[in-house]
Amino acid sequence: MADIIDLGVAEIRDGFRGGQFSAREVADAFNDAVAGAEALNCFIVTTPEKAIKAAEEADRALAAGDVAALSGVPLGIKDLFCTKGVQSTAASHILEGFVPPYESTVSGKLLAAGAGMLGKLNMDQFAMGSSNETSYFGNVISPWKRNDGGNAPLSPGGSSGGTSAAIAAHIVPAATGTDTGGSIRQPAAFTGIVGVKPTYGRCSRFGIVAFASSLDQAGPMARSVKDCAILLEAMAGYDLHDATSLDEPVPNWEAGLSSDLKGKKIGIPKEYRVDDMPEEIDALWKQGEEWLRDAGAEIVEVSLPHTKYALPAYYIIAPAEASANLARYDGVRYGQRELPEGANLQEMYAATRAAGFGDEVKRRIMIGTYVLSAGFYDAYYTQAAKVRTLIVRDFDAAWESCDYLLTPTAPSAAFGLGDLSDDPIAMYLNDVFTVPSSLAGLPAIAVPGGLNGQGLPLGLQVIGKALDEQGVMNAGLALEERAGFTHRAEKWW
Amino acid sequence: MSVDTETVLRIASLARIAMSEEEAERLKPDLNDILGFVEQLGEVDTSGVEPLSVVIENHTRMREDVVTDGDKRDDILANAPVAEHGFFGVPKVIE
Repeated sequence: MADIIDLGVAEIRDGFRGGQFSAREVADAFNDAVAGAEALNCFIVTTPEKAIKAAEEADRALAAGDVAALSGVPLGIKDLFCTKGVQSTAASHILEGFVPPYESTVSGKLLAAGAGMLGKLNMDQFAMGSSNETSYFGNVISPWKRNDGGNAPLSPGGSSGGTSAAIAAHIVPAATGTDTGGSIRQPAAFTGIVGVKPTYGRCSRFGIVAFASSLDQAGPMARSVKDCAILLEAMAGYDLHDATSLDEPVPNWEAGLSSDLKGKKIGIPKEYRVDDMPEEIDALWKQGEEWLRDAGAEIVEVSLPHTKYALPAYYIIAPAEASANLARYDGVRYGQRELPEGANLQEMYAATRAAGFGDEVKRRIMIGTYVLSAGFYDAYYTQAAKVRTLIVRDFDAAWESCDYLLTPTAPSAAFGLGDLSDDPIAMYLNDVFTVPSSLAGLPAIAVPGGLNGQGLPLGLQVIGKALDEQGVMNAGLALEERAGFTHRAEKWW
Repeated sequence: MSVDTETVLRIASLARIAMSEEEAERLKPDLNDILGFVEQLGEVDTSGVEPLSVVIENHTRMREDVVTDGDKRDDILANAPVAEHGFFGVPKVIE
């Protein structure tokens, strides 16, 4: 039998149910793997005792004949999710020591389905970043290295960088991510794993530390499309606690998986051919067309004329929402407080926020505050919201001639830590292919397609119509089967 | 449009982030780069276009008018940096 840590969610679930190993053996194997991978800095807090407790319950449940959907499966939880009794910081200093008295809906649903928690995964601070370099708790190091013999530490992507690195390193079988403008998909691409951003509203945002509320969505990340389907089924669903969650039935996505794309049309958006894109990514994109054609689909060219305005619109809307959401960190109700000698209340707020937020978070709060300030609101925020309408219309028009869109996931392979950290705009450009569908609330999947010349993973993205996670995952499955991506990072940690 | 140091300090004050003049100087070029980048939206003709307010159509739901939460004072205060007598503690605001 393969090592337990090389198994995915479906294999663990089925092997556990079939008696090939106990849930406790699974939990022990992953707890050991987590403990042995400190060099990657994937976790902010580890919770081996929680993984063991859930495993023991799973073993008892199996003996009693009443296993739940995820019994026996240990998971990582991104630190953006509030977890009852376990520190939840969003990788920030200002929330250091915050121990939520309640559980986020999504993590609660996973735990209620029998999953165990291995720990809280590192990330970009408040999910603001594309490289995992903005965490207060240090950079996550990708398990991948370039094959040029150099030893440069690489970015696992962001903001779900602890999640992506941990899955790629086989120290968790799967984990939760969140995606505001690409934070599930870009790190999935950088580390050669699968990530699904569902339709806005599929998963409840209750208990997820808010960044940009009209964009934030939770989603699964794992090493296969099937594992993502299993997890998403457990995560999704209407929640009374989130007025924006969708009151729609949750399909049985795992059972509905099919890579037969006969009769489906795949749109190739011509505006996604950006300048300076590495030739290898363009080649993989063309290869992806071939794979989908081989699965029975027809390829058509489509136009999304406002694509180039998606990123600038996002960098008004997301910071604007962030500046409002992060107003709650005032040193009064939770988290850190900074109280200089003799300071009054206003000075305490300002000192607390100056000490508690990192540079990128401050930049975004400042931009958001500026674009919402008197005299600038219409020129910036209202204009961005209008452009967002045009971006939604672009997608609506594209759906007249196709069922899904195929694009690269990110415009480059993983870069080195430190390579872009001095240039915010260059960093923002990482999300050029993922932001438009975020602005339109559409479901999308990132699937690994192959390696570049330096031996690093490259990903493909499929975007679908609202609520068509099934179609998106089916197209992703068709790519996965044909790409046959089995590469993994050589263990050095 | 570009912001000067004074404007950076004014925004910081609105955002309740304590900032020295040196920090504002350091932040200014980044903010101006980002503002320069987003200003390309001005090229887009949006006349007659409504700003997007709801990204995925959803309906407002009613629920029974009953208390479903509460009675959690100690839970809520447990994370407060300073809590006294069942309240959040802050520096004195009334002389």
